[in-house]
Amino acid sequence: MSEMNLGDAVRVALAEEMRRDPLVWALGEDLSTAHGATAGSQYYQLIDEFGPKRIVNTPISENTIMGAAVGAAVAGTRPVADLRMADFAMCAVDELVNQAAKIRYMFGGQARVPLVVRQMIGARKGGAAQHSQSTEAWYVHTPGLVVVAPATPADAKGLLKAAIRCDDPVVFMEHKELMATTGEVSDDADEIVPIGKARIAREGRDMTIVAWSKMALIATEAAELLAADGIDAEVIDLRSLWPWDQDLVYASVAKTGRLLVAQEAVQVGGFGAEIAADVGENMGGALKTPVRRIGAPRIPVPYAEPMENEYRVTAEKVAAKARELAAG
Amino acid sequence: MADDTITNRPARIFDHYKTMSLIRAFEEAAEVAFDAGMVNGSIHQYIGEEAIATGVCSNLRKSDYILSNHRGHGHAIAKGANPEAMMKELFGRVGGTSGAKGGSMHIADFSVGMLGANGILADGLTMGVGAAQALVLRGVDAMVTVFVGDGTTNRGPFYEALNWAMIYELPVLFVCENNTYASSTVTRKVTAGPGPVARAEAFGMPAFDVDGNDVLAVDELAADLVSRVRNGGGPHFLHARTYRIKGHISLDKLLYRPEGETEEHWKGEPIGRCAAWLLENGIGQDELDAASAAANERIAAAVEAAHAAPFPDAKLAFADVQDMGAPQ
Repeated sequence: MSEMNLGDAVRVALAEEMRRDPLVWALGEDLSTAHGATAGSQYYQLIDEFGPKRIVNTPISENTIMGAAVGAAVAGTRPVADLRMADFAMCAVDELVNQAAKIRYMFGGQARVPLVVRQMIGARKGGAAQHSQSTEAWYVHTPGLVVVAPATPADAKGLLKAAIRCDDPVVFMEHKELMATTGEVSDDADEIVPIGKARIAREGRDMTIVAWSKMALIATEAAELLAADGIDAEVIDLRSLWPWDQDLVYASVAKTGRLLVAQEAVQVGGFGAEIAADVGENMGGALKTPVRRIGAPRIPVPYAEPMENEYRVTAEKVAAKARELAAG
Repeated sequence: MADDTITNRPARIFDHYKTMSLIRAFEEAAEVAFDAGMVNGSIHQYIGEEAIATGVCSNLRKSDYILSNHRGHGHAIAKGANPEAMMKELFGRVGGTSGAKGGSMHIADFSVGMLGANGILADGLTMGVGAAQALVLRGVDAMVTVFVGDGTTNRGPFYEALNWAMIYELPVLFVCENNTYASSTVTRKVTAGPGPVARAEAFGMPAFDVDGNDVLAVDELAADLVSRVRNGGGPHFLHARTYRIKGHISLDKLLYRPEGETEEHWKGEPIGRCAAWLLENGIGQDELDAASAAANERIAAAVEAAHAAPFPDAKLAFADVQDMGAPQ
């Protein structure tokens, strides 16, 4: 095991997979810029080892970063396209949704599209409306795509490796505010985190809180606040959003009888609504009280700190909602 | 490829005549089938443009890739796709090229390097440059040809992809089929500047103009450009002037078109011009008639086979979506 931050863990994962499989390559903006100001410069250390044909520094051409990744995947390679932020990735939604997600199906299974698209989600201090969005629900809604959103360095490493080895197009969503967080990471190049398996971030008996990405850490923080009130909350970090680990969530709800779904994204139409509805439909008999949700208000992400804090779903807000659930 | 140096040129052009006749017969039969209600979707016919796909694809190898657009029947046939499987695809029957999942607009035959017709304009360009990158990475001696219409030269990804192909010196031939119309609009009326050739040249890309209804000229130019691309010359651009004899789509009544315009252009349609050249170069009328009859018979048999083929099992709707999180 090694201690490292999430950004480094993902880079190590990519390097290990590129060593394992010569058909794995990466493309995106700023990839070969040492000490650059953007996320892409995390790749520059890989250029010496893999060369500019496998660490491809691209122009600001999101349509083609994504489109080329699709074409290259169809033509027998395994590209990792880095679109930097989910907000920029919107420029390439066409290539991701109309092509990557559809090609296997609409061509009757003649081709697979084994690609990974990295796009960072979440609010980062002062990021404002166009550098802060959490769009995971858009892609979960799209048949053909796999969506993962890890919270820890170990999961980020293991899930990126699993994503690269997956024959489906995988949307890999890191949280901007998690890139510098540190944790123990496996040194085993063969170890992956399987797609579709959640993790119990904190065990508890009184209620289940389901979250993902940075919200899994916030929910764990909230659980500690609740513990002071004598409420023992179980926190499930989904890690994979499609497919999501129904078995683990159902088992937890069967045990606790209460479910709170917490997300950073706008609550309306969010992925949390799917979990709440699914559990309501399939586990209704086990529920002692209706499922609760918490998410961001339906506003763009504001800039100034007091307004930004209105948008953010904090541990205190999660704990307050959880107390309602415990009382209900 | 001057006339006097190729002793068997009439034989080669006669082959082109046969290919063009097969495309024409397919498109005419597809229209009859559409009018009879046998085609579940709509069709975009290639009538009058047959010389371009034929002249270009005759210079390609089976291992080369082509990417097409919504008007893809001609490209598929010229690249070697089976017309019977294509007709079954239009009919939505078992044995269709895409398993009856895609229909006319998503005809693909990866076994002959035809990476798909496509409903989203310009995505063939971005995917095409990525497919070329995959060929380079895999060390495969093959190239990519992207067919694109005049209307698509007003989409942003067109420019991204041309730039991309140049900076990475990719083995791509871009073929712009200028059929005068962008859906129902005369392209010139919504297009600034001198046109597609100048736009390609702005990227430093060698670009050439040809009479797209002259299969000899298209063949000759394509032979030269394919040879340059194949031998490391980087991307090239072929602009072929033609005219869309039929409407944008099978339902199109052409009410926006001036009276007599279609008839005037019909005089220059490519099969008649090719026949005239062949008659002057040693091929007899009886041979031409036999070739046309053979094309019609082959397509009539394809239609008969499509009628006879069963519809697919409805449950196949759930196949080939994805591996992870596939529909239950």
